[in-house]
Amino acid sequence: MLISVGAVTGLFVWCLIKVLTGKKNPEHLAHVEPVETKDLDRR
Amino acid sequence: MTTKQPDVWSSKLGVIMAVAGSAVGLGNFLRFPGLVADKETGGGAFLIAYFISLLIVGLPICWVEWTLGRFGGTQGFNSSPGIFHAIIKKPWGKYVGLLGFIIPVGVYFYYVVIESWCLGYAWNSFTGGLDLGKDPKTYADAFAAFTGLKADGTVLGLGAPFLFFVGVFILNFVIIYRGLSKGIEFICNWGMPLLIAIALILLVRVLTLGTPDPAHPELSVWNGLGYMWNPHDISKGLSNPAVWLKAASQIFFTLSVGFGVIITYASYLKKNDDVVLSGLTATAANEFCEVGLGGMITVPAAFAFLGASAVAGGTFALGFNVLPQVFAGMPYGHLFGGLFFTLLFIAAITSSLSMLQPGIAFLEEGLGLDRRGSVALLGLVTAVGCTLVVYFSEGLKALSTVDFWIGDIGIFLQGTILIFVFNFAFGSERGWNEAHHGADIRIPRIFKFVIRWISPTFLSAIFLMFVLKNVAGWNLSFSSPVFTPTDPILDLIGGPGHPASGVARLTAFFLLLFAAFSALMIHRAGKRWDAR
Repeated sequence: MLISVGAVTGLFVWCLIKVLTGKKNPEHLAHVEPVETKDLDRR
Repeated sequence: MTTKQPDVWSSKLGVIMAVAGSAVGLGNFLRFPGLVADKETGGGAFLIAYFISLLIVGLPICWVEWTLGRFGGTQGFNSSPGIFHAIIKKPWGKYVGLLGFIIPVGVYFYYVVIESWCLGYAWNSFTGGLDLGKDPKTYADAFAAFTGLKADGTVLGLGAPFLFFVGVFILNFVIIYRGLSKGIEFICNWGMPLLIAIALILLVRVLTLGTPDPAHPELSVWNGLGYMWNPHDISKGLSNPAVWLKAASQIFFTLSVGFGVIITYASYLKKNDDVVLSGLTATAANEFCEVGLGGMITVPAAFAFLGASAVAGGTFALGFNVLPQVFAGMPYGHLFGGLFFTLLFIAAITSSLSMLQPGIAFLEEGLGLDRRGSVALLGLVTAVGCTLVVYFSEGLKALSTVDFWIGDIGIFLQGTILIFVFNFAFGSERGWNEAHHGADIRIPRIFKFVIRWISPTFLSAIFLMFVLKNVAGWNLSFSSPVFTPTDPILDLIGGPGHPASGVARLTAFFLLLFAAFSALMIHRAGKRWDAR
């Protein structure tokens, strides 16, 4: 019981901390579209 | 000219809460504890098989579904038929996503009915209406009366059960009408923390129960925990196919993989949003609620008050017959009982909302309907399906028929399709790279092999076993196999001492009609997508 409950609780807490302290998505700050190079490639 | 703003999640935590809300349901608090407590197939062997299944089927397919969903979203699709259309790029590709529409909508037909039971029981518990004394039969009769278990048509009318059903049905559509972030995300952002808070309150209450009846010192909450969690003969258990089948099925159903929900939810992510950590967090949240909370509350409490025999009656019996007796026996039981059924209701509504969104997404992008039109059409279809389940309530025959063909067979089939599409249509190498695009953490490399080979093989084997056991009636013995058709089959074709059930046949016919109607809509949607 302790192993099972401890493992899932530990994993959940670790994930939550990672999510809450993780990097902010750069899209929200300054979104830059990737440069499409199809036309250049064709030349 | 106005342009329609696409639906998006307002935060990363929001989508995780929504997926976790979809996964955390009645099974976490009622079905899982019963499986662990089973004397034949439970205990340590079940838990080992359960966690292995989590690692080789649950988590990998979860990542696969998140990845395919986000990819589909970047191609402008949010529904399973649309996403498979974009991935497979063949005229038949969109039909591969048929189950991703049928399953969530079909499961909603009966899930919302059970959800209304939870709300009704919460109300009755808070108002003292569930304090029915010590006779177990009284509780069974109350459940039968509330659900119309003894005769068809008894729930329809102006009685409380029907009003609860109508109220819950409308509430779901009001929330879904508000859209992704203002509806589903808002409810899950509040609902999931509230659910965990209620579960923790109940957990403290259960763990401090001690020995409720000093005349029976053996009936204590600690013995209840031991009854549930003590390992049985592990080597014997792990050699039993039934243990693996039950464990893998539970993992499969509890995570909502193969449901058509995660793929739709993930399609609303942006191109650079993480799916690896989000998928893992949603899975971990579900496991915490299932193993850490669900596994500690219901069975130990029932054992402490009523003994081992009380926990062996199945999901509905444990939830709606046994636990009301337990709460009636403890101080402030109406309050704790009310909290418990509120918890079940929150778990259920966050799941039922997720069953509607795939349908809404398909009707909007496939038929070009606006939100009002899609809600109206889906409301009409689900109202017909739900009425069938509510009216034909005797023995819960219509409910169990839909549950078996859609909620069991359909989900297994869709999950198997999903992993094969990922590996062989999308490409496992491409899928691996796609999963890591924008990822906050990396998936351990061993999972690349697991997703490519182990998951499809294991899932196919489990699906085959499931069909052999539940359709062909295999006794799960390799040395002396016996095949006896099971009840869902006998209900349709009849057999010695088991006449065919008209209700089961009508329900199956309705499901076929619904599938044909869905296929026609997908056909029409395909023309629209090709023109696009």
